[in-house]
Amino acid sequence: MGKKILTEKINIPGIREYDVYRQNGGYQSVEKALKEMTPEQLVESVKASGLRGRGGAGFPVGLKWSFIDKKSGKPRHLLVNADESEPGTFKDRYLMEFIPHLLIEGAIVSSFALEANLSYIYIRGEYMFVFKILEKAIKEAYANGWLGKNILGTGYDLDLYVHCGAGAYICGEETAQIESLEGKRGNPRIKPPFPAVSGLWNEPTVVNNVESIASIPWITLNSGEEYAKIGIGRSTGTKLISASGHIKNPGVYEIEMGMTVDEFMNSDEYLGGMIDDRPLKALIPGGSSVQILPPQYIFKTANGEDRLMSYESWADGGPVTGSSLGSGGFIVYNDTACIVRNTWNLSRFYHHESCGQCSPCREGTGWMEKILYRIEHGQGTEEDVDLLWDIQSHIEGNTICPLGDAAAWPVAAAIRHFREEFEYHIRFPEKIKDRNHFREQPMEKVRQLLAK
Amino acid sequence: MKITIDGHTIEVEPGTTVLQAARMIGGASVPPTMCYYSKLKDCGGKCRCCLVEVTKGSERDPRPMPKLQPSCVTGAQDGMEVLSGNSQRVLDARKAVTEFLLINHPLDCPVCDQAGECNLQDLAMTNKEFTSRFKEQKVTTPSEDIGPYISLNKNRCILCYRCVKLAEQLTPDRVHGVLYRGDHAEISAYIHNSIDSDFSGNMIDVCPVGALTDRTFRFQSRVWFTKKINAHRDCPHCTGKVVLWTFGNDVLRVTARKDEFSEVEDFICNECRFDHKKKEDWVVEGPHKFGKNSVLNINNNALAAPKDVEIQTEKLTLAGRDVDRKKISMRDVPIEQIEENK
Amino acid sequence: MERVIIKQFTQQVNITDEVMARINELTSHYPEGKQKSALLPVLHLVQDAHDNWLSVDLMNKVAEILKIKPIEVYEVATFYSMYNLKPVAKYKFEFCRTACCSIRGAEDLMDYTCSKLGVKQGEITPDGLFSVVGVECLGACGYAPMLQLGDFYHEHMTPEKIDALIENCKQGKVEFYSE
Repeated sequence: MGKKILTEKINIPGIREYDVYRQNGGYQSVEKALKEMTPEQLVESVKASGLRGRGGAGFPVGLKWSFIDKKSGKPRHLLVNADESEPGTFKDRYLMEFIPHLLIEGAIVSSFALEANLSYIYIRGEYMFVFKILEKAIKEAYANGWLGKNILGTGYDLDLYVHCGAGAYICGEETAQIESLEGKRGNPRIKPPFPAVSGLWNEPTVVNNVESIASIPWITLNSGEEYAKIGIGRSTGTKLISASGHIKNPGVYEIEMGMTVDEFMNSDEYLGGMIDDRPLKALIPGGSSVQILPPQYIFKTANGEDRLMSYESWADGGPVTGSSLGSGGFIVYNDTACIVRNTWNLSRFYHHESCGQCSPCREGTGWMEKILYRIEHGQGTEEDVDLLWDIQSHIEGNTICPLGDAAAWPVAAAIRHFREEFEYHIRFPEKIKDRNHFREQPMEKVRQLLAK
Repeated sequence: MKITIDGHTIEVEPGTTVLQAARMIGGASVPPTMCYYSKLKDCGGKCRCCLVEVTKGSERDPRPMPKLQPSCVTGAQDGMEVLSGNSQRVLDARKAVTEFLLINHPLDCPVCDQAGECNLQDLAMTNKEFTSRFKEQKVTTPSEDIGPYISLNKNRCILCYRCVKLAEQLTPDRVHGVLYRGDHAEISAYIHNSIDSDFSGNMIDVCPVGALTDRTFRFQSRVWFTKKINAHRDCPHCTGKVVLWTFGNDVLRVTARKDEFSEVEDFICNECRFDHKKKEDWVVEGPHKFGKNSVLNINNNALAAPKDVEIQTEKLTLAGRDVDRKKISMRDVPIEQIEENK
Repeated sequence: MERVIIKQFTQQVNITDEVMARINELTSHYPEGKQKSALLPVLHLVQDAHDNWLSVDLMNKVAEILKIKPIEVYEVATFYSMYNLKPVAKYKFEFCRTACCSIRGAEDLMDYTCSKLGVKQGEITPDGLFSVVGVECLGACGYAPMLQLGDFYHEHMTPEKIDALIENCKQGKVEFYSE
């Protein structure tokens, strides 16, 4: 058993309620932080922990906190990003649904570190049932004096509210989320200025993922140095992995960074191997936006080293033979899955979720989806694959926010690693009419057709 | 502060953007712009036409920027080095953006009033070897009635947000905006709402394409057949400095004056734009000059005396129109008969 | 075309005292003068109180309450996918059909539900009770295939569970909104 930080207490019956949470050591970090520590010490301890943002980009949390503009004297805000919409990721919901007070505790300590007096949790609108759980938990926290005026008699005031979105993936991007919280369309802002200087209502704001904030109480109680001892290299601590797809035990797992991918995938304690014992065909390690990998690059890197569950190891090989740990959304495909259909599916997702503000993303995502739809439905041509490659390369890096990159990478990686499947679809349209064609005839059985 | 663009070094004030610096230098270094508008606040960064390559961040931090930067919202730094027209990477990216802007554009220039003064047309013409690779169905949106003065064609819109920013900043009540999202996003008032504030007509001038055009000028004339005359009048609402687009002695259209980057110099009020279509209302200054390569200069040359000018092309065009009318009139109802009945 | 149709639908706007009190509570979460920030939660609230859709009149009413321009409400309501701009079925089965659900048979299950109810995707049954729509990732990838009905997620769905759910809906035994 690896060390558990976030999910240690999640199975205690009734932990969702304040009383049970408090009896099990809840809110101790608030007491320690407000009474014994200064905001600067808290920022330093988070810096020392090496905690990296769990939303996907992996930016060090302590560093982000140190950028917040405290000089201008404007009100500051913490915005907890609970707009978990990345396909393949459902870890934040697990935390918020079962142990909501942990997030609130983390938000109080973090707000104190940032010297913020008004903070929000932005949750996606589809999680309305979780929204209501959080609202109830916040009321309990107010009732017990953890929020409001003069918390614990220390003179520190904090108001924390939960705000719901309404169905837009783009609101997971921090500036789009700020716009959305202001009651506007979720159009990402042009940076600079960064939110740390001019964010919510043009006031300094830090946006952090739920999992990052939920790690703060442990770091506060046990020190950043202790946290940094867990994990490997610059990937410190534990990480929640949401596993889905063709595996025996899908669900959310907390792992110590540095575990081998082989152990995570195949041991019974974790994913337990493939469903129906069919062969592994592909894996997306960090939510739909990162590169899909073929089997030869999953357990070993291109250099033949063991692939580990860490930011560095997954990124080994760059976009060509590596991928990214991203948000920890593990999607596993067996040989019945069709990569072309999956790529079209993701492309449709990004087309649907593009905000429409900048032209490469607005037009490019729609164009890619239409081409992929044609290929998947047997109307593709030989030039289409090269055209797709060209389009994605012109979206990547040329957009306002990372959604453009997120839309381009899956297409690029699918073409890079699974080009033969695209060719099979184009050259044998009669064989792919049924969307489940690979169930009867997996690629292994039809590969020889392409050689002719 | 010193900034170098395509090898030209220039002194600029702090707070200048790379685009403004490039415009000071001029020539091939000036990036094309579709959404940026210097007269409007927070307008730009969306179309990605003005991407440039920053090869040196600044004197303090000389690292190059890995991604291409939109020059209209990138501030100049001391010692910055930028490649604009001299970088193949930049030109490729701009070409790609042009292609993206055109894929869902109806390409109906032959029936579009904006043709000849359209920024998108000009942008497309800079990529002459370009052929479309788009085989799919275009996204289309039905048009919408937004009042007697402005005609809105959403299919042509490239979502530059200029008209939205203008309505926000120049008019008291914004009634239109961008609705829906992704490639289905559209400019609209949602419900039947006519856009009629005192300065709403300026939306026509800031629109880079033919999405917003002057309804009172609709299908009246090709812009290059008209004569463009600078004129002014005493107006209580605005500066009254305009361009009259005339044909013979008729004023077909009144617009604000635009500079070499096709941006309005002074916004004009709707009264000047729509209610004074007589030459007598105006004090004529002289011919309006456009950029060197603009098609709008055709017909605009020999303009010594703007009063009662008679130019052969006009006469011929008018005569040609009569011939055309006769040609297309029905045999049972000859044109002469119609004229008599008038 | 869509827009023209939208304008034809009308709705009885009725902001009850209870709803108004909740609106006031929501707006109190934001600083003075920033009441526009409450727009998204307020739209959710009034939509739930008005048969799960927003008419032009209702949006104008929201604009009036929050003291913003109507267009600001239209802009937001059309941007986010959870706001319905025309009447919807009472029981709207929203199937997740993005990658992880798709590979675990979400599309097959949608086809099953459609044929069971005798409708195509997006259509409403003649009695106005049911519709089947595909939506993008709902964040329940490990529990696929799944669907959302009201506030609740129904996970690990099978044809048998769909049958039971439809039956429960018909008998009015299904809860929409969590406490």
